[in-house]
Amino acid sequence: MTRLLDVENLTLQFDTDEGRITAVDNVSFTLDAGEVMGLVGESGSGKSVTAKSLMKLNASNAVYTPETKITLHLESGPVDIMSLRTSKEMQIVRGAAISMIFQEPMASFAPAISIGDQMVEQLMIHTDMTGKRAKEVSIEMLARVGISDASTRFKQFAFELSGGMRQRAMIAMALSTKPKLLIADEPTTALDVTIQAQVIDLMKDLVDEFGMGIVFITHDLGVIAQTADSVAVMYLGRLVEQGSVRDVIRKPAHPYTRGLLDALPDLDDLESPLTPVAGDIPSPLERPPGCVFNTRCPVNIGETCSTKVPEFSAVTQKHHVACHLRAQEQEAKK
Amino acid sequence: MSNIPLINARDLSVHYPLSGGLIGPKPVVKAVEGVNVDIVKGSFFGLVGESGSGKTTLGRALLRAAPITRGTINYNDGDVEYDLHEVKDAALKDYRTRAQLIFQDPYAALSPRMTVRDIIAEPLEVMGLTKSRAETDERVREIAEKCRLNLEHLRRFPHAFSGGQRQRISIARALVSRPQFVVADESVAALDVSIQADVLNLLKDIQQEMGLTFLFISHDLSVVAHVCDHVAVMYLGRLVETAPTRDLFFNPRHPYTRALLSAIPSLDPDDRGKAQKLEGEIPSPTNPPPGCKFQTRCPNAIDICRRDEPKLEETGKEHNVACHRWKELAEQLEKVGA
Amino acid sequence: MTDSTVTEAHLDQKTKEAYFTAGQGQLIWTRFKKQKAAMVGAWVLIIMILMGFFAPFLTPYEPTIGGRDADYVNGAPQIPKFWDENGFSARPFIYTEERTRSIKTNFRWVTTIDREARRYVVLFPRGDKYKLLGLRFDRHLFGVDKGQIHLFGTDSTGKDIFSRTFHAINTSMAVGTIGVFIAFVMALIIGGVAGYYGGWIDSLLQMLTDAIRTVPAIPLFMALAAFIPDEWSAEARFFFISIILGFINWPTLARRVRTHLLSERNQEYVLAAQLCGATPSHIIRKHLLPSFTSYIIVDLVISFPYMVLSETALSFIGLGLKDPVNSLGVMLQSVTSADVLLNYQWYFIPVIFFVTLVLAFVFVGDGLRDAADPYADTKK
Repeated sequence: MTRLLDVENLTLQFDTDEGRITAVDNVSFTLDAGEVMGLVGESGSGKSVTAKSLMKLNASNAVYTPETKITLHLESGPVDIMSLRTSKEMQIVRGAAISMIFQEPMASFAPAISIGDQMVEQLMIHTDMTGKRAKEVSIEMLARVGISDASTRFKQFAFELSGGMRQRAMIAMALSTKPKLLIADEPTTALDVTIQAQVIDLMKDLVDEFGMGIVFITHDLGVIAQTADSVAVMYLGRLVEQGSVRDVIRKPAHPYTRGLLDALPDLDDLESPLTPVAGDIPSPLERPPGCVFNTRCPVNIGETCSTKVPEFSAVTQKHHVACHLRAQEQEAKK
Repeated sequence: MSNIPLINARDLSVHYPLSGGLIGPKPVVKAVEGVNVDIVKGSFFGLVGESGSGKTTLGRALLRAAPITRGTINYNDGDVEYDLHEVKDAALKDYRTRAQLIFQDPYAALSPRMTVRDIIAEPLEVMGLTKSRAETDERVREIAEKCRLNLEHLRRFPHAFSGGQRQRISIARALVSRPQFVVADESVAALDVSIQADVLNLLKDIQQEMGLTFLFISHDLSVVAHVCDHVAVMYLGRLVETAPTRDLFFNPRHPYTRALLSAIPSLDPDDRGKAQKLEGEIPSPTNPPPGCKFQTRCPNAIDICRRDEPKLEETGKEHNVACHRWKELAEQLEKVGA
Repeated sequence: MTDSTVTEAHLDQKTKEAYFTAGQGQLIWTRFKKQKAAMVGAWVLIIMILMGFFAPFLTPYEPTIGGRDADYVNGAPQIPKFWDENGFSARPFIYTEERTRSIKTNFRWVTTIDREARRYVVLFPRGDKYKLLGLRFDRHLFGVDKGQIHLFGTDSTGKDIFSRTFHAINTSMAVGTIGVFIAFVMALIIGGVAGYYGGWIDSLLQMLTDAIRTVPAIPLFMALAAFIPDEWSAEARFFFISIILGFINWPTLARRVRTHLLSERNQEYVLAAQLCGATPSHIIRKHLLPSFTSYIIVDLVISFPYMVLSETALSFIGLGLKDPVNSLGVMLQSVTSADVLLNYQWYFIPVIFFVTLVLAFVFVGDGLRDAADPYADTKK
């Protein structure tokens, strides 16, 4: 598997009226071509902001620290995303090498331009296709994502399509430029569960066919279990656990991951009570010191947790967790 | 649980007229059509469906917040009895004190310019249920404590609270008038998973304590499975299956219910590809297909399905299904040993 | 934890608590304060309102024919000096000017400046009588020991432009206030009913609103001006114009009220109130009105300059106010002749004041609009 993306020490703060808010705190991960990585977290976790950083799509009051390094490995060589300044430079990456699909497809299609025109425009900006060829490719993509009667749909407007179809059309548009990396920000959250199942299947097929890497952002662990190869769990801007999907979901090492899994209703055991994670997610203005999860952690071991930020320790070679307790357990095992 | 149905709905329909169509009959959207359902007092009744199923409209119709086109709804809580289609004026006002709604969006459901205390007190003040400000304050405090809200926070405005806390305020407001019947419309859908469980537990505890009857509307089957004792499944405005929870989940008889259950993404990464995938899209409610509404996507549809709309029939203890072929499909599944 | 962190945490908690218990008005004010342009605008506005209100005190002479300086007609502005070739003076002074006409100058009026005869500026002299808040005064802020001082010069009849400017600000603000008030009341009623009830009531009222909006203002005013009897006093005329301005301008405001109501009444918290059986008046009072008060205030502030400018335009073309009532439009009535444009540029000094006034309103209005929805960023 070829390495596609290297994110190192991504730290991002926003300058707001209330002060500097840390949205993402020292996040590092890697992605290979053909790999689907799930980025899981709840509100305030920073998962969307992290994904947008990959294309520098965050608001203008975003401040990246100098240690932040995002490297995209293309055939033409590695690209340092942080060093791209002008939008002309970014254009090479945005839409061409990296594509993004969003939660609300109605919001990503311009309402007064037909879907086909938007897809063709995208192709003509990022590739050197002629208008005619762009139209052919677009209709092919629409058919490929399971939209029947693609040539008619090509001329339709976003509001004429149902939710599921719009999402498929957005996927078609994102993939028409054959990007190396696809960022999917809660693509199925707004869809009905039967449609969600279809879209998830579609995305897996497309990965097999196109071989791109996907960063799949969601709060739904079930969707991740079905779609992703690896998982990274975020809480209040920090990465708390990452590993293969089997490891993280079957043997969660971090108390937050465990809490999330426990809070999910289990269809196999209807009698068992639902166990929430205690407390409320702190506001990003009031990030707890030390381990960000310490205020709600059921296995908080005291002062270490509330003063020191935990480092990553390995549970297995590919499974890492940032937790003082786990680190202590690993030490004890040696 | 007693056996008098608190809510007894027969042939309930809610139709919304559409504009357009100068000639001929005016087109309508049949948001809810021909629903027969019984909700027993003290139960936690789940209503499940996807978009266009009409579940929200049904919930609102039961609260008289949506216009009832046809059918009867009988409300009987042992104290009073109302025909909700006909009730008006003083009787309607009285009904409002007995039936309340908890909204989905914790951000839109609270007036941002009122303090929490005023928001919770509003039903008491508007409906004239208390005689003095002291009594109102006492009731507000009482329900706030039940909903695990910090009493100091009553002076604050909604912008001070997180989604989960706001939802608890919403619940407190719905319960302060001590209703008998509460409709929770997607009340946990907008909450984070770690908070959902907390709010659901709260609802269950309060139900036990106050002896309430809940109608829990949700698109999330796994949540419904855990908190409800009875579930009804809707598709395009029609009720397709109702049953006690365990029956529905372990013995689903309608093809749509089966598809819904299998579409829930399993937490087991190795459990991929076994699900029965449903093709196609939900038909538009303005132009529903003839016969059974599910026939366009049903893997088991035959001719009769395209002609006649199936009626809800009793197939077991409190287990009703609206499907022409439920019997043979159930037998098939048994043979396969599913 | 050290003491300082405890107090810091305590202070922090206090500010947070203050934020949590802050009502809508306080939140808006906090956000407003953060915008520099808006705060500057607000200060300028306050100063100008005070200037207008205290105009009779602040200015040395009556702005009407009664206070004119017959000796100094079309005179240039006289700026007090502290220093000239005759030495320094702690008290500012101006020169005496004399106008003579003789056969030497072909019988044209010529002004000569006598640099030897100084006239010193005096503070708090007695001058023309005036009424302020119902009480009579005769002290003014400043004056000169002999003759008159004209900081902005004089116009063709000798009236002091400085005095007239300040009084004009007052007049224009008064006209604007009355006009805005009337427009607001009408907009609330009509827009409110249309927005709350919707349906055919809304359609009907919309037709009415649009009909009024399409009436062209200038011909209407010409017609009205023709009908105003000449016997009406300046005050009566003043009120009449203000009322008419209000009647012309309410459609824009009504539209905004209606739009706010239409969107707000579908909010879920309104439905929650309805489900308790709340009456429409309760809902309007407790839920809808507070929700758009902030927007309406913005609309009011922004419509003020339009009123002022409308009145200016009308008076300028002679259809609005007339002497002796003083407003910018009246003052500009005489500027169109070439003579003035070439020779007496100081006639335009009041324009600077009015531009400043309008800009101040605009900045404050913009600032208010940005601050007005403090709840916009608390939505997910």
